[in-house]
Amino acid sequence: MKKKVLFMIAILVVAGTLWGALERVHPFGEPARAPMDDYYLQNAQEERAVNNIVTAIVFDYRGFDTLGEAAVLFTAVCSVLALFRKGGGHQ
Amino acid sequence: MKPLSVVVRTICDIFMWFMAVYGAYIIIHGHITPGGGFQGGAVVATLIAFMLVSHGGEKMVSFVRTGMYSAAETTGLLLFICAGFFGIATTFFYNFLAKQGGLFGSTVPLGANSGVLNSSGTIALMNMGVGLEVIGGLSLIIYFMFRGIRLHVETGSEETGHDR
Amino acid sequence: MTGNIPFLVVGVVFFLGLYAVLFERNMIKMAIGITLVEASANLLLIVLGYRFDGSIPVFTLAGEVKQMVLPTPQALTLTAIVIGLATSALLLSLIMMLYRHYGTLDVREIRRLRG
Repeated sequence: MKKKVLFMIAILVVAGTLWGALERVHPFGEPARAPMDDYYLQNAQEERAVNNIVTAIVFDYRGFDTLGEAAVLFTAVCSVLALFRKGGGHQ
Repeated sequence: MKPLSVVVRTICDIFMWFMAVYGAYIIIHGHITPGGGFQGGAVVATLIAFMLVSHGGEKMVSFVRTGMYSAAETTGLLLFICAGFFGIATTFFYNFLAKQGGLFGSTVPLGANSGVLNSSGTIALMNMGVGLEVIGGLSLIIYFMFRGIRLHVETGSEETGHDR
Repeated sequence: MTGNIPFLVVGVVFFLGLYAVLFERNMIKMAIGITLVEASANLLLIVLGYRFDGSIPVFTLAGEVKQMVLPTPQALTLTAIVIGLATSALLLSLIMMLYRHYGTLDVREIRRLRG
């Protein structure tokens, strides 16, 4: 019972902090000045010859993050395959 | 898992290949319309789940050959990394095919237009590489997690663990 | 307060996921709670980059609108969704192995048996 009261107090503290922080972010619909995104929107179609700017950011301007993500997906598939092998491993 | 009724099985036989074609369309047109490698790969991988639910477990296990999907996954990742290494003269991941006139090299008219398929350079190659990897990876996850349940039912007469 | 409702929805979903992780006994329900927390983080990323009267940042579908929505948070959300999928797959596989080893899905029973 005491643990439940402690957990409830912790959740209320976290919820109060989140509420206070999320109200003071910039008003919805008017982001602060974003010079990098303005550069992408104006120059990506001419430099890289592509119509889809989100794909250009994912695969060309920030290709390293996509390399890390492909590695994470490959590691997860290998781990699931290694967990479910037949025979052996239950020593 | 037991197979469902005749209506569901017939629709699965017809609709499975539409899902494959639709997923391939989303992967290949990744630089024109919203989509790309990850989204199209997830659409194609759900046809394995569809087959598992409608035809039952035994039919799915005999349909999937793990060697093919494993080869697709590794080929996709290798294609992605090699497309990064070819432009190593300038940097890693340099777009060396854009606006050159060769394989994927046309230019795109500025402003709003209907798309050009031949356009962006290594972005289209990377799309297909990642699409192959996601298809192979998600299908293998579904297959092996289902086979893990069957192994538990087959081997033990009791359902408890090994320490009791 | 009524202007910032999308941000407050993010807080509500995060709170629900945290409640499910802390107060549930079944392990699968805890896994659902973790997935809810990841979903709230992705929603926050997308909501941060919205402009009024902005169109989709794709030139074939934009039409004649002058402004576009910020494209960078959408690119980051793609990566985050795939990483969340990898986490959920491994989490559910580990829960299956735990059930095979202990025979129960109750988290308090597993803490008691020192197998």
